[in-house]
Amino acid sequence: MTLQFNDETFRDDYTYHNSAAAILRFPFPFDRDSYMYSVNMEPHAGGPEGSPFDKRFDVDEHYVSEMRDREITLAEDPLRCQSLPHMELAGWDLLELIMVSKAEDYPELFTLNRDGDRWHWINRPLGIEHRFTFLDPTTLPCGPMEYITRQAQGDFAVLDQREGNLWMDAGMVTSQADWSLDFDIGMNFFEWHAPVPKAHEMGVFQRALKFLLNIRQGSPARRLNWTMTVNPRLDTSPENYHKWGPEKRTVTAENVGRKQFLRVELQTFWRLPRSNALAFPIRCYLISLEDLVTVPKWGRRLHRVLRDLPDELADYKGFAVNRPLIVDYLSQHDDGAPTSPGIFP
Amino acid sequence: MSARMLRVAAVEPLTPLVTRFRFEDPEDRRLPLFSGGAHVVVEMPDADLLRRNAYSLISDPFDGSGYEIAVRREDTGRGGSRFMHTQVSAGDLLRVSEPVNLFALDLRARKHVMIAGGIGITPFLSQLKQLSRLQVPYELHYAARSRAEAAGLRLLNGAAHVHVHISEEGNRMDIGAILSGQPLGTHVYTCGPEGLIAGVEDAAARLGWPQGALHSEAFLSPPPGKPFEVTLARSGTTLTVGPHQSLLEAAEAAGVEIPWSCRGGACGQCESAVLDCHGRIEHNDHWLGEEDRNAQTKIMPCVSRFQGETLIIDR
Amino acid sequence: MPRIDFSPSIKTRPVYAALQSRGAAPALMLAEAEGAEALIELADADAAVMDRAHVIYIPGGSGHGARLKALAPKMYHESPSFDACLERYRKALGDAQMGTQLYLAGGEGALGRAMSEALAAGMPVEAIQTEHRGSIARRMQCVHCKGVTEGVTTDPFTCAHCGLTLFVRDHFSRRLGAFQGVCVDAETPGVVPAAQEIRP
Repeated sequence: MTLQFNDETFRDDYTYHNSAAAILRFPFPFDRDSYMYSVNMEPHAGGPEGSPFDKRFDVDEHYVSEMRDREITLAEDPLRCQSLPHMELAGWDLLELIMVSKAEDYPELFTLNRDGDRWHWINRPLGIEHRFTFLDPTTLPCGPMEYITRQAQGDFAVLDQREGNLWMDAGMVTSQADWSLDFDIGMNFFEWHAPVPKAHEMGVFQRALKFLLNIRQGSPARRLNWTMTVNPRLDTSPENYHKWGPEKRTVTAENVGRKQFLRVELQTFWRLPRSNALAFPIRCYLISLEDLVTVPKWGRRLHRVLRDLPDELADYKGFAVNRPLIVDYLSQHDDGAPTSPGIFP
Repeated sequence: MSARMLRVAAVEPLTPLVTRFRFEDPEDRRLPLFSGGAHVVVEMPDADLLRRNAYSLISDPFDGSGYEIAVRREDTGRGGSRFMHTQVSAGDLLRVSEPVNLFALDLRARKHVMIAGGIGITPFLSQLKQLSRLQVPYELHYAARSRAEAAGLRLLNGAAHVHVHISEEGNRMDIGAILSGQPLGTHVYTCGPEGLIAGVEDAAARLGWPQGALHSEAFLSPPPGKPFEVTLARSGTTLTVGPHQSLLEAAEAAGVEIPWSCRGGACGQCESAVLDCHGRIEHNDHWLGEEDRNAQTKIMPCVSRFQGETLIIDR
Repeated sequence: MPRIDFSPSIKTRPVYAALQSRGAAPALMLAEAEGAEALIELADADAAVMDRAHVIYIPGGSGHGARLKALAPKMYHESPSFDACLERYRKALGDAQMGTQLYLAGGEGALGRAMSEALAAGMPVEAIQTEHRGSIARRMQCVHCKGVTEGVTTDPFTCAHCGLTLFVRDHFSRRLGAFQGVCVDAETPGVVPAAQEIRP
């Protein structure tokens, strides 16, 4: 199956859309009819064929347009990509991980030829062909992390491991759910999660950190996280909040199905070999409510989850103001029938 | 913990007590790279016992063609190092774990000071290779009793910024002098006997160094002791831990899996809750704090033992 | 001047304790305004702390200079403002070695700024002690334009650089030495709540 890349936008006229196949492979995050924080980690060791869990770094129909959107965001604000000086080695580790994975998993799209330190990289969808020397930054147009994450969907945090903690010391963050890399860079695991309500008291971060510190090379892990976004916008950064904020108030009973999106993060965690750092890709998937309810189980379940969610979480996730409209809309797609366990349709 | 079968490619005695082993993939595939200071766990099928000992990697972390370790023969130990010295020869196949690093360089450091005592030189050998590639300033101080015993002299192979202190020759290491006047952003790493690690910690505290700039690794092998009984509550078994066996090994022999990483009381992976204890736990680890030790509510099965009537753990 | 009890908050919000002497180790001390009293109490508890100390004092209208100088630190400097002593402070940080202790005392803004400079110079965070005295005015980074507004005492406030009205978060970056300010009327432009004095 050859992947057809959409020509679409994530801002202004918002022409982003999911094909029928993309809807069916959407990583729906709820495995039951309710939601609370948990350390919902599992091995990132494949998944059903064609699902976003199948490959190490999922490439889908939005790839080319997402990379174009990242380029726009970075041109406006280069601080979305930062790496503290000690993180360059981790950047090379990440570049290797992504190039090797993509070339092996999508040979028709990517090719990597290696002759010792002399590497030859071909990225067909983006029309890139580059020869460079591995570990020699002068042979790349920018740092290794920036180079490869301009060619990989999703945000990337690269975490240094020391003093029994993880430190947010590098990242490419252009499609974040309302946190600022520029502000949080250099913080440890508990610090960058400081604004998250409830979870600290529940011990969620303690347990999660213990798990992450012990991630081994060759045994990556994954989890899903979610929030709600008005319009298919990737750049919901605090930096630009004053620009996209007003859009949050444009939802009506009439347009909620089209304008309101469920935003799912597929987070994966990888031990990097040379640096002992932890790569933390945060891949974002967007689906409109209108598309989501075409899968009856998902319509029913999302209705129940959002209806029963504690107010504090709806506030933190930033959709409290639209929750009544969303729940009303979804209630029309919930006939009260039982739902099957698990996340798949 | 994932491991792979590797072929012993070379066995080379360095001193009468220390031997270097090189492992390669039997089909010459590349092995996963690692970071300076990482270790692997080698599985040794010794008659009816399966021993697993952790050894620091001493080869170039950026070279996936093979892994090298240096093993010092400990005749008073439980037999792991003796097995390596007497039973293992080139061409043998042994299971070796993925590299794990519990003694990583702090890559923020503006300078690295490494202090090695005896066989404690091993983790620094891979770190030195990483540092010279990264072109970060460092100095290494290596203390040994005599030249004949100093396996590190051959392994260091004339590396730069190395200071050798041979006590037999009256050239003792002055830790205070080493730690004085170091520039802001220096990190210190110590590996060797407990006394050396404590000596560095004392000197550092006296000179006002913050804890976060001090790193040490004191891998223990499980000390032998008197046999004892332990009940694994969840598994519903009671077993006897032999004099040259660890609780972890005894559990594994009984088919009970306890997660582990270093098997030397440092990583915390095998920490187990104690449900009932009438007697005294011999805490031999570096993981539990004073409070947990005294409360006897937790035990590290990889190195710790027990004397008394009843020990029930949550496994 | 009474010390201030800060309300419990999120994990990034700095907490301050009384300065503790770490003996006669080489020390760099920076006091802003009422922070001088913290240094005086420190020296009262252990006079040796001044033996190898370099003290920088920014009076900011307070008059503790004579008392500080009388503690006989190895070096003493009085500066009319943080900016005026910035290069001297940086030089002192650059000359520091492992084991040098940094003692900071003063208002929330000065502490944040001095901390940020020290970390950038490579000072280990454990070698830095901070005691709050005096002003609770905050240094706020505007998440939008990245400009830092000093001396913020109300919530919301106007960013001194881009003019947006920002609300005051407790989320704090040690690297920047500043709290985060976020547009208060992003979703409803022009609808701005009445400004209130910030509370500790």
